[in-house]
Amino acid sequence: MAVVSMTVNGKAVSAETEDRTLLVYFLREQLRLTGTHIGCDTSQCGACVVHVDGRAVKSCSMFAVQAEGANILTIEGLAKDGKLHPVQEAFRDNHGLQCGFCTPGMIMTAVDMIRRKPKLDRQTIRHELEGNICRCTGYHNIVSAIEDAAKRMSAGA
Amino acid sequence: MVPYAFKYARAKSLDDAVAQLKTSPDAKVLAGGQTLIAAMKLRLANPSELIDISGIKELSFIRRQDGALVIGAGTRHSDVAASADVARTIPALSTLAGVIGDPAVRHMGTLGGSVANNDPAADYPAAVLGLGASVKTNKRTIGPDVFFTGMFSTVLEDGEIVSEVSFPIPERAAYKKFPNPASRYALVGVFVAKFKSAVRVAVTGAGPCVFRVPQMEAALVKDFSPDAVAKIAVPSDGLNSDIHGSAEYRAHLITVMAKRAVVDALL
Repeated sequence: MAVVSMTVNGKAVSAETEDRTLLVYFLREQLRLTGTHIGCDTSQCGACVVHVDGRAVKSCSMFAVQAEGANILTIEGLAKDGKLHPVQEAFRDNHGLQCGFCTPGMIMTAVDMIRRKPKLDRQTIRHELEGNICRCTGYHNIVSAIEDAAKRMSAGA
Repeated sequence: MVPYAFKYARAKSLDDAVAQLKTSPDAKVLAGGQTLIAAMKLRLANPSELIDISGIKELSFIRRQDGALVIGAGTRHSDVAASADVARTIPALSTLAGVIGDPAVRHMGTLGGSVANNDPAADYPAAVLGLGASVKTNKRTIGPDVFFTGMFSTVLEDGEIVSEVSFPIPERAAYKKFPNPASRYALVGVFVAKFKSAVRVAVTGAGPCVFRVPQMEAALVKDFSPDAVAKIAVPSDGLNSDIHGSAEYRAHLITVMAKRAVVDALL
C-alpha cells in the first residue's frame, strides 16, 4: 500500500492504494468518478481514456502509483461552470452516441485529437479513433460530432 | 482484471534503476507499460517487483549525432511521430512510430520498451534491423544484426537496460505495414532502407523474430525499384501461421509490402 497524490479535474486528491491498482479503478472506486468506463480487459476499447498531464491515455493501462504528482482530467472535469465542453455539445447535437458506454472515452480522445490536430478531415478522425471501440458501431455520427467540434473550436479560438 | 500483487518502485535515473535491479534481481523494468501491464492484467506476466523508469528525463531525447539520429529509450512513440527532426532526417521512422497501436498507446509506449520486448509483430524492431541501428545499454553498445535473438528475446542480460538507439540516416527509406485490423500489430511489416552502397530490408510480423531478406537487398542494390523485388518470393518455411493468416499468405505479403515500401521510399 502507498499513498498517492495527484490533481484530478483541478482538485488535489490523496488516497491510499495498492501498488497494483490500475488508474481506472482508482478513479472509479476510490474517487467515485464513474464517468470513466471499463469496456474490456485487453486495453483495446478506449472507454477508459483520460488525460494525464495533457495526453490521452488508457487509464486501464497504467497504475495509479504511476500518476503520482500528475494532472488528471476525466470526463467529469470537461464541463465548466455548468456549460458543456464544445466536444460534448457537438456529440449531443450530432447524436454522436447510441448506448453511450464508449462516449466518455470517445470524447476524451476527441479533445486530445483536436488539441494535436486542429484541422481534421473525416479520414484522419477515423484513424485517430483506432483505439476507441463503439460496440453499437455508431461511428458515423461520432466522426460527424468530432468534425463539427473541431470546426466550432477553431472558429471560437 | 487486476494483476497479481507486486511491489512498485520508481527509478530517479538510469544508474538508480540499475542499482535497484541489482538488489532486486527478480524485478521487471516498467517503461511505457503498454505491453507489460496488459500482460499483467491477464496474469500472463506476474513480476514480484516493478522498477518504473518512465519518469527518467535523461532517457527521453531526440538528437542528431555524426550522421545518425539518436533517440533515447524512454522517448514515447507519439514524440517520435511528431518530431520535426525525425521527419526531416528519417521520415520513415516518423511513419513507423505513428502507426504503432493507437494514439493513447503511442502516448505511453517507448522505443526502448518495444525493442527490449521484441514482440514478433512489433514495429520498432523492423526499423532497428532495417536501418542497421545500434542499441546502447548501461553496459555496452550492441549491433543490429546480433541484438534480436528470437521470439520475445534479445541479447540483453539480467540487469541490462536499453538507454538509447542510434539510427544511421539513410538516403531513402520507407516502412510499409499490413496491420492486423483488430490489434494493429503488423501481420507483416517491411522496412526498406537505401544507403550509399547498401540496402537493408527487414521484415517484422511474418516470422517468430524480425529478419532480413538478403535476396531483396542484393536486387535493390543493383536496381532500387519496385520491379526489382516484385518477383522475389520469400519461402514460407518457418513463418507464423495462425488464425490471422497462413505462413504462405504472410510470405506473399512480404513481397507485396516490400514493393510498396520501395515505391514509398522513391517518393
